[in-house]
Amino acid sequence: MGKFWSLLFLMVPVLGVASFVVAPWYKHWLPHDISQNGHVIDHLFYFILWLTGAVFVVTEVALFLFLWRYDSKGTHNPVRYTHGSHSLEIVWTIIPSAVLLFIAIYQMNAWAASKIDNPAAGPDGIFGTADDMPATLEVTGRQFEWRLRYPVPEEIRKKALQREGDAESSEDPIKDLYVVNELHLPVNEGILIDLKSADVLHSFFLPNVRVKQDAVPGMKIPVWFRTTEIGKYDLVCAELCGWGHYKMKGRLTVESREDFNKWLEQKYREQEATQDSQLADSKAKGDSE
Amino acid sequence: MTSKHGSHAHDDGRAAGGHAHAGSFLTTYVFSKDHKVIGIQFLFSTLLWFLVGGLLALGIRWQVAWPWAEMPVIGKMLFSGEGGQISPEFYTILFTMHATVMIFFVIIPILAGAFGNFLIPLMIGAEDMAFPTLNMLSYWFMWPAFIAMGSSFFVEGGAAKSGWTSYPPLTLTDLNGQTLWLIGLTFVGVSSMMGSINYMTTIIQMRAPGMTMFRLPMTIWAMFITAVLQAFALPVLTAAGFMQLGDRLLGTGFFIAEGWTANNAAMASGGGQPLLWQHLFWFYSHPAVYIMILPAMGMVSDMISCFSRKPLFGYKPMVYSIAGIAGFGFIVWGHHMFVSGMNPALGMAFMVSTMMIALPSAIKTFNWLGTVWGGNIRFTTPMLFALSFVSMFIIGGLSGIFMAATPVDIFIHDTYFIVAHFHYVLFAGTAMGVWGAIYFWYPKMFGRMMNEFWGHVHFFFTFIFLNGTFFTMHILGVVGFPRRLADPYHYDTFRHLQPLNEFMTWCAIGMVAVQIIFALNFILSMFFGPRAGRNPWHANGLEWQAPSPPGHGNFDFQPIVYRGPYEYGSPEVDTDYYPQTQPPPEKKPGLAAHPHGEPAVAH
Repeated sequence: MGKFWSLLFLMVPVLGVASFVVAPWYKHWLPHDISQNGHVIDHLFYFILWLTGAVFVVTEVALFLFLWRYDSKGTHNPVRYTHGSHSLEIVWTIIPSAVLLFIAIYQMNAWAASKIDNPAAGPDGIFGTADDMPATLEVTGRQFEWRLRYPVPEEIRKKALQREGDAESSEDPIKDLYVVNELHLPVNEGILIDLKSADVLHSFFLPNVRVKQDAVPGMKIPVWFRTTEIGKYDLVCAELCGWGHYKMKGRLTVESREDFNKWLEQKYREQEATQDSQLADSKAKGDSE
Repeated sequence: MTSKHGSHAHDDGRAAGGHAHAGSFLTTYVFSKDHKVIGIQFLFSTLLWFLVGGLLALGIRWQVAWPWAEMPVIGKMLFSGEGGQISPEFYTILFTMHATVMIFFVIIPILAGAFGNFLIPLMIGAEDMAFPTLNMLSYWFMWPAFIAMGSSFFVEGGAAKSGWTSYPPLTLTDLNGQTLWLIGLTFVGVSSMMGSINYMTTIIQMRAPGMTMFRLPMTIWAMFITAVLQAFALPVLTAAGFMQLGDRLLGTGFFIAEGWTANNAAMASGGGQPLLWQHLFWFYSHPAVYIMILPAMGMVSDMISCFSRKPLFGYKPMVYSIAGIAGFGFIVWGHHMFVSGMNPALGMAFMVSTMMIALPSAIKTFNWLGTVWGGNIRFTTPMLFALSFVSMFIIGGLSGIFMAATPVDIFIHDTYFIVAHFHYVLFAGTAMGVWGAIYFWYPKMFGRMMNEFWGHVHFFFTFIFLNGTFFTMHILGVVGFPRRLADPYHYDTFRHLQPLNEFMTWCAIGMVAVQIIFALNFILSMFFGPRAGRNPWHANGLEWQAPSPPGHGNFDFQPIVYRGPYEYGSPEVDTDYYPQTQPPPEKKPGLAAHPHGEPAVAH
């Protein structure tokens, strides 16, 4: 039976490697990367995958070989009466620590690019201060939706109001655009988001952009990235936020600057229209009372 | 094979021991101060909770494979209001309580409570623990926790549902379930604290003559260092639990940000920080991860050496690496918080310390391989479980490096990759190690052997099904499949993963089902198993020189220790084992002093 059990343990590296080889064929793999920085993270993932994969195969196969070879039923060689080897211990202390230290140093730039080198931070580079550059938008997690607030450039605002042809009712227009769950972004542009939470913890997760950041009540956390491909993608909440956590789903639409401006204009016009009608409603109510 | 060894033992191993006291049923079996009875009480309680935790896991797997599908047979009974479906709210209760039960009622108490209690005095040659009454209390303090957590399922709003990590401010929106959770946790903490003080004192003060620190078995070293970890980390969690109770009940604002509101929650003063809880929680719960693995590592080391019939490779490096894991364990908690909003520069520091904690784990793995190499391996049930611990721990250890790499963690944080990782460490590692330990020390606990054939069958199917369930989780994680989603197929990115999830759920069902074999073997062997004798495995440890089961006071002679516990295949003697109590050959006259020190005849 010793041979049988040895082979069972051999199945671990065989099937383990096989499942990782087969998975990409069924698209059970990293989602399509549409970001400028994502390939750095993916590269690091592959680097660690190959490295750990090699260690995995070597150690598991060694375990198999030892079990196969030293099965008490098969061989009657005397046991190697040894309490260890000082030089081996040194070898397998120094080599892994060198490798681990190398991984640690190797990844630092990627981490800095994703989380530390805030494009908005001034030349003095104080973390998280977004004073030099205005954020592209503000994202606020709220049970169970994503509230987005876009600053609308003045010319787009004017355009939207002109087409409406009724400048009078907008004496004091809201300057920002408020939308829910529909995250539209211009392609190939640096995006800076102020991430907030209105109630509990949430996590802003764009699988295709390799971005994830928790939203914390009482904090404004900067998130930055640059998308490179037009398309529609998922915006996922990745931190448990209550019973409806599973349905806190947003949609990321990456589009050309032109389309983005059009969308901004149209949405802004819609917002103004509802704003006006609400205003009119309340006015009418006020008059009738 | 084991029964063969058992029948050759010198006596039937049921010697009553020199210190047997007649006591009433209540003081002997219920409010017992005997470490062995307390250990077995812990073992029975935790195994029952293991069943509860496993069934909760099946509920999770059901929902992830077939969201909103009606549960067959029991669905209508449990969720009549929901048409037999799991509601999204109940789903959050399922994974919260699965983790809570498995961590606080199964893994920690089965390692420290059951095996720590049973083995420490026996393996160091002591009559009992240093503080028997404290020991008894440490078991009975678990009961308020059992009651609080168990009853929380039936209170208004249900049991705790904010994840076992209980991150505020979500927890503050929970109703009574969360309050009961915090109260339960406090009692678990007090129980563990009493245990750890007892273990430390016992191991330092009550070792038999000749049992120096570097003659201790790895099990005892691991239990000792675990106790130290617990003693220093637990107060932080207990304090944090009280702070959260204060936020819930007394209107304090430790974890509440300025101007915070949410539904159901009372307005609070604010001015606190939600991240503070995460720091305090993980300051305990990361060391707790090692509390949940180190004792299993110790027990596995003992089993592998015994069944390889060969000394443990690199005893001192093994001890130092356990100490190293414990030391590093205190400065890596931040790796749970890389994307939490914590200062990213601090994240970098935690990344480096986390990378370095992989080192002692690697050293341990190489030494286990070194122990097996050149041995004379006996594939008994405990050995198979111990070997699978090594094989599976390699996976769990290596997958940890992905998470430690901060940029990769951005993508895989809170996905199934981390779920795969900690199940490989805690289930495929610790739980398999614990099963090995049960098969290994069962004869000492109950005086009878468990059935080897059914043990092998149990191992085979558990091993297959656990890999089917958990290895595939790595693949899900690579796609970014988030954990804790009641309906992941809501997202286009994850819709094609449903067939894989169905496969995993079938494996999980199989895994729980084969535990029936274990349960029957465990219960029936108590009455019908072959008698074990003192030393059925021909092992070296002191516990194998005591009667099986040992009477009150453990040893019927004064054990004197002459060597370390791993002298298998020693050229000094003709047998392939060399018990710690057996005097060296030239001191033969001393044998008469302890009649049971003589080795059994080798085959």
